[in-house]
Amino acid sequence: MSDTPTKIVVDCSTGAVEEVALTAEEIAQREADAQAFAAKQHEEEVAAQAAADAKAALLAKLGITADEAKLLLA
Amino acid sequence: MANTFTKIASTTVGSGGASSVTFSSIPGTYTDLCLKYSIRNTSTNPTVIALINGSSSNFLRTYMVGSGSSVNSAVNDASNYIGYGSVSTDTTNTFANDELYISNYTGSAFKPFMADNVNENNATTAYAYLAGNLWSSTSAITSIDISMYGGNLAQYSTLTLYGIKNS
Repeated sequence: MSDTPTKIVVDCSTGAVEEVALTAEEIAQREADAQAFAAKQHEEEVAAQAAADAKAALLAKLGITADEAKLLLA
Repeated sequence: MANTFTKIASTTVGSGGASSVTFSSIPGTYTDLCLKYSIRNTSTNPTVIALINGSSSNFLRTYMVGSGSSVNSAVNDASNYIGYGSVSTDTTNTFANDELYISNYTGSAFKPFMADNVNENNATTAYAYLAGNLWSSTSAITSIDISMYGGNLAQYSTLTLYGIKNS
């Protein structure tokens, strides 16, 4: 049994539906997409962590807790 | 549904799944395109990916999404992720309902489109997503490819492409 991924191609001009193996280029694109997704997710995690760190540093500088900060903003 | 909707093509994924579904040779005889699909990933990642004319470039999206326990949004996100589908850990035999609506797909202007979806899952996490998107290309759209990140489209995933005239 082959491990080559397949895709479904629907030719809208004829209505023909074909299941075809991915080309090397398409497999590479799929891997590039996966890498891009992982990189983007990592970037978002880093940004979220940086924001959380900045918030914690500010609270420490002010000498108040997060709940106390919420009270000030309410 | 307006009576100007005409089914161009439809397919249902068979046993074993498929890495993607491509609608190719889309006729240029309509005003707009609407792709309605019901999909599930064989992996645990809900992200749906689109290629237009085989390209993953020149996409922008402004979206908001709720998962059941959190919300997220972004403006002008340069990404060809177009929504959320059901995943392998969701309730058995449940599928997401997704839609793309592309206006003036044959014109020479850039192509705005909207994307939305809701997922069914009998648990806390079930996504509802709404996005305005832009594919910055002057080319007419002749093919659309749909896949899900990290896995295959599961058996019984169904995709139907409609053409709309005079809309």
